[in-house]
Amino acid sequence: MTEPQNHNKRVLIVGGGIAGMQAALDIGGSGYEVVLVDRLPSVGGHMHQLSETFPTLDCAQCIMTPRTVDVGRHEKIKLHTYSEIEEIQGEMGDFRVRIRRKPAYVNWDICTACGACTEKCPTSIQVAFDRDLELPKTMRSGRVRHEGTGKAIYTLSPQAVPKKPVIDADHCTYLQSGKCGLCAKVCPVGAIDYEQGPSWSEERVGTIILATGFELYPLEKLGEYGAGRVADVIDALAMERLLSSSGPTSGVMRRPSDGKEPKEVVWIQCAGSRDPELAMPYCSKICCMYSAKQAMLYKHKVHHGQAYIFYIDIRSAGKRYEEFIQRAMEEDDVLYVRGKVSKVFREGEKVVVWGVDTLTGLPLEVAADMVVISPAMVPSEGTQALAGMLGLKVDEFGWWTEQDGNLAPLETVRPGIFVAGAGSGPKDIPEAVAQGSGAAGKVLSLLARWGGHDDQDAGHDELGR
Amino acid sequence: MKVSYFPGCTLNTTGKGFDNAVRASAAAVGLDLVELPDWNCCGATYPLIIDNMLELAAPAHVLVAAQQEGSILTTACSTCYNVLKRTNKFIQEHEEERDRINTFIEAEYAGEVEVKDILHMLRDDVGFEAIADKVQLPLKDLKVASYYGCMVLRPPNEVAYDDPDHPTSLDDLVAALGATPVDFAHKNECCGAYLAVKDESITREMVYAILRSAQNAGAEAVVTNCPLCQFNLDKQQAEMRKSYAGYQPVPIFYFSQLMGLALGLETEDYGWERHYVDARPLVQKLLEGAS
Repeated sequence: MTEPQNHNKRVLIVGGGIAGMQAALDIGGSGYEVVLVDRLPSVGGHMHQLSETFPTLDCAQCIMTPRTVDVGRHEKIKLHTYSEIEEIQGEMGDFRVRIRRKPAYVNWDICTACGACTEKCPTSIQVAFDRDLELPKTMRSGRVRHEGTGKAIYTLSPQAVPKKPVIDADHCTYLQSGKCGLCAKVCPVGAIDYEQGPSWSEERVGTIILATGFELYPLEKLGEYGAGRVADVIDALAMERLLSSSGPTSGVMRRPSDGKEPKEVVWIQCAGSRDPELAMPYCSKICCMYSAKQAMLYKHKVHHGQAYIFYIDIRSAGKRYEEFIQRAMEEDDVLYVRGKVSKVFREGEKVVVWGVDTLTGLPLEVAADMVVISPAMVPSEGTQALAGMLGLKVDEFGWWTEQDGNLAPLETVRPGIFVAGAGSGPKDIPEAVAQGSGAAGKVLSLLARWGGHDDQDAGHDELGR
Repeated sequence: MKVSYFPGCTLNTTGKGFDNAVRASAAAVGLDLVELPDWNCCGATYPLIIDNMLELAAPAHVLVAAQQEGSILTTACSTCYNVLKRTNKFIQEHEEERDRINTFIEAEYAGEVEVKDILHMLRDDVGFEAIADKVQLPLKDLKVASYYGCMVLRPPNEVAYDDPDHPTSLDDLVAALGATPVDFAHKNECCGAYLAVKDESITREMVYAILRSAQNAGAEAVVTNCPLCQFNLDKQQAEMRKSYAGYQPVPIFYFSQLMGLALGLETEDYGWERHYVDARPLVQKLLEGAS
């Protein structure tokens, strides 16, 4: 081990979601260098996909854009997007990190982000960022395409940071068959590089923050709700994209199968959560709130529509959260049904929902136009592999194990390695942000003990104000 | 392949046609069913009271008998399958109770036999492709809805060899026979089971929901692997028009009946006369279509 005064004061943050960005900005703002790694082409994480946030109904992208922009241009934050951690060795004060960058097939160093390539690309694709929502052709031709999105060469959104495109190799005509090559022809600076392979870089850091986040339990595993095969049964993140004005419908409420306006929409809570027999035993914590939000936004778009929410309990613990739920019920006429749904299936134009109203004790059938499922939150893919690399523990569901759930929720059992955000269990945005700042504080107190800034001037610049 | 076969009471009486068809069509695809000698009742229901050991004695006795004959016991009755499979698992996993059962039936059995539904064997041991190769009379243009009931699917961790929410083994079998499987949402819904004993109108309502769903999906026939489901689905249709005006009945086949037909076997003793909704006109049509 190096002596504390010789410890490396650079910080690795894994994951560029809201927690990772918060930590990066706090640490970078204190004058220390941050290496931020994210597997997507741009930062922002899941919050980037959201329509609006509870309980204030702020536009998620609008309140987040200042953060992403700051992260993108911060002189102390070195971004490795479209990249994944391949290896980490060493210990506190001296970690060596090997990072693999996926081939973007675009030379980002010379790309000016003019957008000509995404504009001219003839291949429209379903985008993972939009939850692979496939809309009917009639809708696709009529809609406004958001600059840079939905093509085989794309950026995640018009506000993406960094706003540099990548090519989806599986769908690019040129990479698949050698024909087309249109993006290379229209690129004014010759940045398209079909030969680009992966590249590797090594970073040396002294501390690490794991902000790896979450995913949703796949619909395919929810057999009783159609196993992902029933048209117009979508998950909650897909609904966020449908509600978002940067989404595939520009925020106009349309159902995926035929582009019609859904008049009756059912939300199903605890799908894979609180289900020890088939899926996850834990509560995913955020679904009660976001489904109230989604139902509310739906009603704001479809005034005469009917929103149903099937729930087991309503869990609205949080500042102004319960008031928000009451508002959904009283002002927006969201119909809450206390009971679980047993089956979802297609019957002609309708999606039939079988459930029970446990307050009346009667079975209930709703012939809905669309169903939104709130699947359990699960750790993001790769968490386990990263844990293996670091010799850290995850619990039986794959969440990071904190050093102590009560008193050391940001520490891991290894000195110098911290966790923040939903990677250690379901959290909403305020909690993830608080944890990002908390983990940054933990790191900064270590760095202070190690003798503060190497570069005193840079430190004074930020701190001396 | 020789395998020990448990007919059960239904296939020995009202379901004799099912039994005949199973034995003949299994033999035709190389599965030689050897009737378990001196078999007794499977127990009829798996006890819902966990310490009711006496109810496990009958199925345990069957399993002990099967152990003398070989490593696998198969049955075509989905209720027998459910009871035998679950009893076997219980014996495997509960040492203390196992000793009590063994003492009672004077045996030393620890769950060594593998209980396999005949459809499971046709799928995994024979293979639907091998069956398709032996088809003489493809059931072309026949749209069939496959109905599974509950006994081979639930509880999934004890009995299921198929997806309990979206099972496909029957669909895949009828496809191998040349028919067109139609998917429908009610393929694993309850047929009403023994409710008919108390109140037939409840069963009729449940059966109607199933068959309406199948017919809306385009089914001209329904195929099942469960004798009780077959009985309920078939019999309730006889009175269906009284409750649901304009209802058009559909024949309810056992999968083995369709198998025998497609394999070009002699199907006279398949119990056609016992069907409430006469399947013979459709069978005749299929036979004529082939010639």
